[in-house]
Amino acid sequence: MTRDEITSGLAEILEEVAGVNPDDVAEEKSFTDDLDVDSLSMVEVVVAAEEKFGVKIPDNEVQNLKTVGDAVTYIESNA
Amino acid sequence: MAGLLEGKRLLVTGVITDQSIAFSVAKLAQENGATVVLTGFGRMSLVERIAKRLPAEAPVIELDVTNQEHLETLAEKVGKHMDGIDGLVHSIGFAPASALGGNFLETTWDDVATALHVSTYSYKSLAMAALPLMRRGSSVVGLTFDATKAWPVYDWMGVAKAGLESASRYLALHLGKQGIRSNLVSAGPLRTMAAKSIPGFEQFEDAWTRRAPLGWDLQDQEPAARAVLALVSDWFPATTGEIIHVDGGYHALGAEAASI
Ligand SMILES: NC(=O)c1ccc[n+]([C@@H]2O[C@H](COP(=O)([O-])OP(=O)(O)OC[C@H]3O[C@@H](n4cnc5c(N)ncnc54)[C@H](O)[C@@H]3O)[C@@H](O)[C@H]2O)c1
Repeated sequence: MTRDEITSGLAEILEEVAGVNPDDVAEEKSFTDDLDVDSLSMVEVVVAAEEKFGVKIPDNEVQNLKTVGDAVTYIESNA
Repeated sequence: MAGLLEGKRLLVTGVITDQSIAFSVAKLAQENGATVVLTGFGRMSLVERIAKRLPAEAPVIELDVTNQEHLETLAEKVGKHMDGIDGLVHSIGFAPASALGGNFLETTWDDVATALHVSTYSYKSLAMAALPLMRRGSSVVGLTFDATKAWPVYDWMGVAKAGLESASRYLALHLGKQGIRSNLVSAGPLRTMAAKSIPGFEQFEDAWTRRAPLGWDLQDQEPAARAVLALVSDWFPATTGEIIHVDGGYHALGAEAASI
């Protein structure tokens, strides 16, 4: 899966879970500061991403995923 | 599948992530032969996703324990999935941020009232809501955090737990004639969402892992879940109003033992 494919997969999840406009989703965007994803929504985004991409994202990893790009990198190297 | 809970029907509240104590309860219950229905609060889509991670996907009924209508319709909704409840698991706790983290002296009554409503009174209201489906031998089990002591940062949640411990004894008193038991599991600290939302919670995590005679794993919900299920099972038939500590033995010590 390419980075772009992962990004658009994440955009779908962000729209469904947190009502984020998919056009706003880009690698440099921060989940909390730019996309206004609150902590409970972030928990659900992680769960949905685990299902969609077949990865396990442990708690201590989640703290490091500040931007969409961080998440893409993690998924790319662990899926 | 043969097991401790063969044929038992459980209503389990309090699943929000797969780290929830209630998730371990539901998972182990299914693995040991029980049928499980979950209730979820607030973010239902998340609870439903998590319900799919159980060995057998469980139905999820929406329940905010402060919502009278949810309580009044609970038995009817559960009745569509199971014809009775042998085990009712209360795994619910909440306190506003101002009631936690060292702000004890400044917390307003409104915020304290919320903590008590969700974490204490709900034990009774949940039991009453489920009562039409319970029978002789049914068991109510809740989760507490040792309320005989004052803890750093736990503040009004600690007061709510003291109330919960008392409420469980009163439930034992008032439901005893109907043959229904009420017991609590007093768990050591576990890294769940509820715990992580308490600022400064790490403070007693360290003390626990160092001091508990059996040691303590902050990430393993299974010991607490096993005790909950033992109390639901037929193996504690004459036990009610009891609190079982699942804390590595921390509560039993007076002072920290030098490394032995
Ligand atoms: N984690 C610990 O260290 C620890 C230790 C001892 C006892 N406990 C107790 O265990 C129980 C479960 O907590 P957990 O640690 O699994 O955390 P958790 O965050 O996974 O579970 C808490 C649950 O309470 C639910 N809840 C909150 N408000 C509600 C409402 N109004 N109506 C219905 N449900 C509501 C949440 O949806 C969530 O599912 C709580 O009673 C908690 O106090 C936890």
